[in-house]
Amino acid sequence: MMNSTSTQFVPSRRMGIYEPIHQMSMWGDFKGNNCLDASTPMILEVDPKLDNQSEDTSHGTVGHSNKYDQEASKPPDKVLRRLAQNREAARKSRLRKKAYVQQLESSKLRLIQLEQELGRARQQGMYTGSALDASPLSYAGSMNPGIATFELEYGHWVEEQDRQLADLRNALQSTETGDVELRIFVDGGLRHYCDLFKMKATAAKTDVFYLMSGMWKTSGERFFFWIGGFRPSELLKVLLPHLEPLTEQQRLDLGNLAQSCQQAEDALSQGMDRLHQILGAAIAKQLGEGNYLPQVGAAIEKLDDLARFVGQADHLRQETLQQISRILTTRQAARGLLALGEYFQRLRALSSLWSSRPRESS
Amino acid sequence: MERIVKLASENGILIFSKSTCCLCYAVQILFKELRVQPRIVEIDTIPDGLEIEKALKRLGSSGPLPSVFIGGKLVGSTNEVMSLHLSGNLVQLLRQHAV
Repeated sequence: MMNSTSTQFVPSRRMGIYEPIHQMSMWGDFKGNNCLDASTPMILEVDPKLDNQSEDTSHGTVGHSNKYDQEASKPPDKVLRRLAQNREAARKSRLRKKAYVQQLESSKLRLIQLEQELGRARQQGMYTGSALDASPLSYAGSMNPGIATFELEYGHWVEEQDRQLADLRNALQSTETGDVELRIFVDGGLRHYCDLFKMKATAAKTDVFYLMSGMWKTSGERFFFWIGGFRPSELLKVLLPHLEPLTEQQRLDLGNLAQSCQQAEDALSQGMDRLHQILGAAIAKQLGEGNYLPQVGAAIEKLDDLARFVGQADHLRQETLQQISRILTTRQAARGLLALGEYFQRLRALSSLWSSRPRESS
Repeated sequence: MERIVKLASENGILIFSKSTCCLCYAVQILFKELRVQPRIVEIDTIPDGLEIEKALKRLGSSGPLPSVFIGGKLVGSTNEVMSLHLSGNLVQLLRQHAV
């Protein structure tokens, strides 16, 4: 699409400097895409910045000395017509330039989108083993249908999440929204998170390592990963500044919740460390004999434990969300949900923006 | 079953666990952090462990271990313990029955 043109995002200030040859290569192509009328010759000749006195050069009229001589020697209507043509050409040129810049902008957005999808597809590459548009469900062989289903459902979950957040944002910004309506949003939002945890529980039965790897999430989110998802204690830290003003009782309750959450997290983390050790030891037993079935078989039993850990971590996330919403008023909870949703949206954007940034060639 | 009742009544805080179960270990860590010392019965190391496991299921324990008893009553498994803790009620309950 935009392959034939330069992909540098030139600032508009530079675009204002009229370089005829450069114009032709950029806008000529572009003109072809948009079926504007053919006035390219006019572009080359006309430069609205210059005085009209120099524009006659390409038309090859006989010697002209100064502006007034020119006008005096020509019939007035020819001059007027020429002036009108200049204006028209200049106008069309400006319109083309504007449309071109707009197409650049939307291409840039599309590029970011594609990068995002590509990143996601690369993550899924382990399962589909192919490029962007392959539907995971159409693959046989090493494809894991349970995981393919999960990835599809997760994609829908994110889209629904974005929709809910947009609605919630509008509701909060409008002065007419009452608590009853906000309550519906809050309950819906909490339910939506619950849906995700249920999806994960089903997927864990299929492939718990996949859930632990976080491969269905963006790389930015994976940086903050803890046992298959976000850290509940992190949640509270993110939300707290956005919930003010708080009553003293709320502050106390939230503080206690933060502490309990941290303690629960620590306990689960230490349990996970122990599971690491046990699993590793089970696999490493009696190496060198060639036969691995007994050891791997024993290790598989441990994977049930791993699935339980992921479930427990999700349960902690869910309980934390429920407790927060119990401590807060409806409006505070709505604000909190919005802040939380936007936090995750930013994390998701982080990876794709990073990978789509213009790189300096060294 | 009687064994369970006996153990539960003798120990303010009781956890039935397995030596290889890492979630059980996590609950023990949590109790340690809360400065209580539960009685821990590892049913894979005692002779009638299997019967105890069956009896626990009949009591309605939410399934897998750990099975936590506080003040002689079945609290539940990890889910219940975590919920109690986040709601702020676990510490109180533990303090009431700690030795």
